[in-house]
Amino acid sequence: MAIFAGDIPAAMLRMPGTPASAAYADESYAMARKGQLELNLGVNLVFSAAGGLVGVGFLIVAAPMLAELAINFSSFEYFWLACLGLMCAIMIGSADPLKGFLSLILGLGVGCIGIDPAAGFPRFTFGNVDLLSGINFIPTMIGVFAVSELLRGAVEIDKAGYLVQDKVGALFRGLGEVTRKYWRNFIRGSLVGTLIGALPGAGADIAAWVSYAIAKRFSKEPEKFGTGHIEGVLESTSSNNAAVGGAWIPALVFGIPGDSITAIVIGVLYMKNMNPGPTVFLQNPQFIYAVFIIFILANLLMVPLGYIAIRGARRLLGVPKNVLLPLILLFCIVGSFAMTNSPYGIVLMLVFGLIGWFLEEQGVPVAPLILGLVLGEMFEQNFMTSMIKSDGSFLAFFARPIAAVLGVSTLAIIGWTLFGALRGRGDKIAVS
Amino acid sequence: MIERIDRRGFVSGAAGLGAAALLPGSARAQAKYPSRPVTLVCPWGAGGGTDATARIVAALLEKDLGQPFNVVNRTGGSGVVGHSAIATAAPDGYTIGMITVEITMMHWQGLTELAPASYTPLALMNIDPPGVQVNAASPYKTIKDLADAIKAAPAGKFKASGTGQGGIWHLALIGWLQAMGLKPDHVAWVPSNGAAPAMQDLAAGGIDVVTCSVPEAKAMIDAGKARSLAIMAPERNPQFKDVPTLKEGLGVDYSVGAWRGIAGPKGMPADVAATLTAALKKAYDSAEFKDFMGSRGFGVTFADPAGFAAYMDKGDKAMGEAMTAAGLAKKS
Repeated sequence: MAIFAGDIPAAMLRMPGTPASAAYADESYAMARKGQLELNLGVNLVFSAAGGLVGVGFLIVAAPMLAELAINFSSFEYFWLACLGLMCAIMIGSADPLKGFLSLILGLGVGCIGIDPAAGFPRFTFGNVDLLSGINFIPTMIGVFAVSELLRGAVEIDKAGYLVQDKVGALFRGLGEVTRKYWRNFIRGSLVGTLIGALPGAGADIAAWVSYAIAKRFSKEPEKFGTGHIEGVLESTSSNNAAVGGAWIPALVFGIPGDSITAIVIGVLYMKNMNPGPTVFLQNPQFIYAVFIIFILANLLMVPLGYIAIRGARRLLGVPKNVLLPLILLFCIVGSFAMTNSPYGIVLMLVFGLIGWFLEEQGVPVAPLILGLVLGEMFEQNFMTSMIKSDGSFLAFFARPIAAVLGVSTLAIIGWTLFGALRGRGDKIAVS
Repeated sequence: MIERIDRRGFVSGAAGLGAAALLPGSARAQAKYPSRPVTLVCPWGAGGGTDATARIVAALLEKDLGQPFNVVNRTGGSGVVGHSAIATAAPDGYTIGMITVEITMMHWQGLTELAPASYTPLALMNIDPPGVQVNAASPYKTIKDLADAIKAAPAGKFKASGTGQGGIWHLALIGWLQAMGLKPDHVAWVPSNGAAPAMQDLAAGGIDVVTCSVPEAKAMIDAGKARSLAIMAPERNPQFKDVPTLKEGLGVDYSVGAWRGIAGPKGMPADVAATLTAALKKAYDSAEFKDFMGSRGFGVTFADPAGFAAYMDKGDKAMGEAMTAAGLAKKS
C-alpha cells in the first residue's frame, strides 16, 4: 500500500515517499547504485504484501479480545499508554538515545502551543488565531521529512546527482533465493512490526527503524549493512507494513492513532458514522469485518499494482532533479494546505522543513519530534484529568488493575533502560 | 480592514456591473447572487455533529441555489479559528459559515474578541439540549436519586465530564447545579476532548456523570454501557421518549442547549442575506433535512435572522452570568 509506494522513490532517488521508508532509504539507494534495483524493489513489493498480511492476521485475531479490555480504559490507563509510546520513541527508536530525547523534548515543547487541553487556556499563541489551533502534525511531518530532504537535494543540485536509469524488468528474479536465506528476518520483522504498530504513537515509521536495527544487531554479516545489503531492507519492509495492520488495533479499539495513516483513517471512520472505540465492535461488527476483508484484498492487490507503479515511477524519476524537486515541493504545499485549509499549514511546513533540515544535519532524528507532538497532548490531558479525578493523589495511577500493570511495566522499562545505559557506560570505562 | 481586490473579483465585479446595467431592476438581485461557488466554513472537525449538519445544509443550498456550496473545515482553538475565518471574510455572501453556541462563550473567557454582533445572522437551524448520563451499573436509577446523592455529598466528590473546561456541557452542569441551589463547583468538572471520550470514561468508571447531549451519548446507551436520566429541555426528545425533562423528574425548571446556525460576516448586502435566509428556510422545511436530523437524534429549531439575533443575545447574557458566577469569565 502507501508505504510500499514510498519505497520506490527511496530506492530510486534516496527520497523516501513515506517516513516509514526512511529507515532503509540509504540501503535501497546503495543497492540501486550497485545495479540491484530490481531485486530491491521486488523484495520491497513482495515482503511488504506478506508483512501486511501478518499484521492483518493479528488485527483479526487479537482486536475483538482487546475490545473488551479497552472498554475499561480510563484516563489513568491512557496516561500510561502515552508514557509507553514516548518511551519507545527514544529508547528503541533511535541509535543515539540522547539525540532522540532532544528531538522528543522539542516535539513535546512545540506541542504545548495552542489551547491547553485541560484548562482551556491559550499558550504561546501571541494573540494569533492560527496558533490557537496548535501545531498541526501532518504539515509538520511533511516539513521535517520531505521539505528537509528537498533542501538537502537543493544544496547538492549542482552535483547533478546520480539518477538511477536501470531497466526495471524481471522484478521477481532472485526472490526465491533471498526468501530461503532470510525467512527468519521476515518472521521477526512482521512480529516486531505488528507489536510496534499496535503501540499507540509508535507505528510503521518506528517499526522500520527498530527492525532495521534488530536485523543489523543479529545479522551474521553486519558489516555489509549500509553498502547495499538486502537483509535489513527485507526485515524492515516486512515490519513497516505489518505495523500498518497492527496500528489499526489501537485505532479501532482505543480510537487513538497508532501512526500517521490511522490518524487520517480515524477521521474517515467518523465521517462514515463508524466511531472508532470499543463500541465499534458492539455496534457495527459487519463494518469491522468489511474493513478486515478490504485489508486483505489491499495487501494482495498491492503486488500487481506495485508492479505497475514501479514501471510508471521509472519514467517520472527519470526527470532531472532541478525539475523534479520543485514538483515535489508543489505536492508538499498542496498536502499541507489541505490539512488546515489555510496558508497556515504551508507556513508550518516550511518552518519545520528548515528545523528538520538543521536537526538532521546535526544527526538528530526527526521521528521522535513528531511522536512528541502527537503524544504530547494525550500525555498532558490524561495526566491532568487523572489528577483532577483523584483529587491530586498519585496513588490513583496504580489503583486500577490495568493501570497498575501498565504503570509497573512502564517504570520497569525506564529502569531497565537506565540500568543498561549505566552498565554500558561502566563497560566503556572498564575498557578504556 | 482594508479590502483586497484580486483580479478575479475585479473582473467578476466589472462583469456583474455590466450585466446589472442591462437587466431590469427586479431581476438584478436573483441574477447576481450566487454567481460562483460559495464557501461554507465549519469551525469543527470532519465527522462531528456540526460538520454533518453543515454538510446537509450545504447540499440542500446547492440544490436550491444552483451553485456549489463547499464545506471547509477550519478547526482548532476551541472553535476560534473557524469562527474568526467567517467573521473576517469579505461580506459578499461567498463566504458564510456555521456558527455554534461557543460564539456566546469564547469572548467571556477572553479567547477572542468575536461575539454574536460580529456576524450577519441568517438562520438558526438546530438546538440540542444536554442530558444527564450515568454508568449503566450506577446505583442512581432516576434523576432524583442522583440529585439527592449529589446534594448529600461533599463538594468535589462527584466528577462530571462531557467537554473541555468552560465548554457548553460544563455550563449546562453549572446551570443545573445553580438551579438546585448548589455552588457551581459542587460537582468537579473533568475536562475532556469532547463527548465521545467522556462517554467512554463514564463507561470505564472513571467519572460519575456526563452532561453531553443525548444523541452524543446514544452509542454507549445502545451498547448497554450507560443510562440517560434526564434532559435539560422544556420538552422530551421524540427520539428518546423515555428520558424525562428536569422539570418532570426533579421539579427544577432549567433548560439550555447547544445550538447551530448559519451566519455570514458583518455587513452583508441585505438582498444576498435575504436570498440565503429564504433558501435556508426552504432547506429547513425539506423532508431530507428533517429525516437526516431525526436519524442522528438532533433537535430541529428554526429562527429567522431577527429571531436568531435575539436568541444569541439572550444566550450571550445568560452565558456571561453563568460563567462569571463559576469564575470562568475573564472579564466581568
